Amino acid sequence: MFVPCDHGGGSASSDFKGFTLLMPAVSVGNVGQLAIDLVISTLDMTKVGYFYTDCLVPMVGNNPYATAEENSTDLSINAEVYSLPSKKLVVLQIRSPFIKNKYRPFCQTLLSWVKSSKCARVILLSSSHAYQRNDEQLLGTPLRYLLTPDLEKAVGDLMQELSWKEMEKVAAYPGINDTEKVLHIPGGGITKLLFTESCSKGIQMAVLLKFCSEGDNIPDAFALVNYLNEWLQLVKSKVSASNNSTDASSQWKIPSSWRLLFGNGLPPALF
Amino acid sequence: MATFFGEVVVAPSRAGVDDEESAEEACEETPEDREIRRELEKKREIDVLWTVKPGASPGASAREPFACSTFVVAIGHNAAAFLSSFILDSVCWEVVGVVKLWNEWCRTSNTTNVLPTDSFCLFYRLISDPTVLLCQCSCYVAEDQQFQWLEKVFGCMRKEGLQVTILSTCPVADYKTQESTLTLPSPFLKALKTKEFKEQVCCPLLEQPNIVRDLPAAVLSYCQVWQIPAVLYQCYTDVIKLDTVTIEAFRPLLSSKILKSLVKDASESTKILKKLLTTNETHSNIYI
Repeated sequence: MFVPCDHGGGSASSDFKGFTLLMPAVSVGNVGQLAIDLVISTLDMTKVGYFYTDCLVPMVGNNPYATAEENSTDLSINAEVYSLPSKKLVVLQIRSPFIKNKYRPFCQTLLSWVKSSKCARVILLSSSHAYQRNDEQLLGTPLRYLLTPDLEKAVGDLMQELSWKEMEKVAAYPGINDTEKVLHIPGGGITKLLFTESCSKGIQMAVLLKFCSEGDNIPDAFALVNYLNEWLQLVKSKVSASNNSTDASSQWKIPSSWRLLFGNGLPPALF
Repeated sequence: MATFFGEVVVAPSRAGVDDEESAEEACEETPEDREIRRELEKKREIDVLWTVKPGASPGASAREPFACSTFVVAIGHNAAAFLSSFILDSVCWEVVGVVKLWNEWCRTSNTTNVLPTDSFCLFYRLISDPTVLLCQCSCYVAEDQQFQWLEKVFGCMRKEGLQVTILSTCPVADYKTQESTLTLPSPFLKALKTKEFKEQVCCPLLEQPNIVRDLPAAVLSYCQVWQIPAVLYQCYTDVIKLDTVTIEAFRPLLSSKILKSLVKDASESTKILKKLLTTNETHSNIYI
């Protein structure tokens, strides 16, 4: 359930009517979550509440987006909500995996919150195992999108203009029967479930995902957040003088918590 | 994923369980599977049994939440032993509750007569001030039981005027720092506090990118969400079993506002620490 930070501060900070909800799926390489970190950090979003749930593994730590001594001691928990009213953007960040058998209740709770808070649409950032791509998917862009029928009506044309590639359906029984196609997002966590539930509940949801593998997923996060930016225009992309392409990579601020991702320093006695 | 030596290994995904597979399993669940799952869930339910309702006025019903001004939770053997050595005794404190749980790692029971190396979760209240509650939780509370523990324990308390202190330990190898952990002078204390906690903290705060997990994290998260002043003292140690050096690392807390008034006689503490040392040695000696 959503619990606002400031219980007595009125409903102003938790009025998300007409907002876009941006959230990650806990998926391969944690790319969605890293991309969300970049959005929150760059846009300097304000924390407005917590998503209090028994479905995620508990964790706490100090402010992962701290920029100075003064703001470094705000406690953060496993699921928090940030908002930027000027861009009508609300972001849910999820920082830990699901407890076994709890991902379905979480999806239900989340979607009922989306409905009750009257968010206009949901954008889910996710990823999928690169090694499960078929021959066609190995070529070209590793970025894909999906739209629920309700959102297709609103932004389907924009996707065409942006030349984005829709996530392909794959054969349900490869080699046996190639005509029956299903949506398959291996390594995507709750992506498929959230998407199919949103389709049936008439929620406007878009999924933006990248094919990737486990490893150093920071470049994948940048690719995904730049992809998102082509649509939402959250930050201005600079036109690169050298190759005349637009690239917003330099505009994203890496949060201070992205340190020591691959372990501590080495003991000097090792050498 | 191929390693440097050329063999192919399956890299565990940081995303956790591949939910595509478990989604399919859920659809294929038979009534027997559902029954087994329900039985297992029932077995993993935790029970909080209050022998005496702490802080309750004589006429209050058993279901009414009791007043609690101070709640100190010690999680893990060393934190629990710290409370046994420096705070708890049989004169000023009485046992008022016990948690019964089972998981793959441990099982607790109703007994209140426990050894420092046992797995248990007991609640004590200060006889002279029944709103002061202490909890020693040396059993492992699994991730699917942590929320239950929170709701069942905090659900019994009135939150007005409540202040929570959590003590726990964790391996120093988990501590992320620019230097190597080998050069760190362990054990050492680090703290995390909720927004509402305004008092002085007895040690440096835990810096990012370090995080805290398990029951200590669950309790602190609960306090942050429901705006309860709370502080967590995490002791990073390189000893996994009961150890007096680790226990002593919590000493700075004895000068804190909350614990200052609860500390018992220093000579008593020394005796208990010595006893702990011998108990521990006997139990961990595998040679005759």
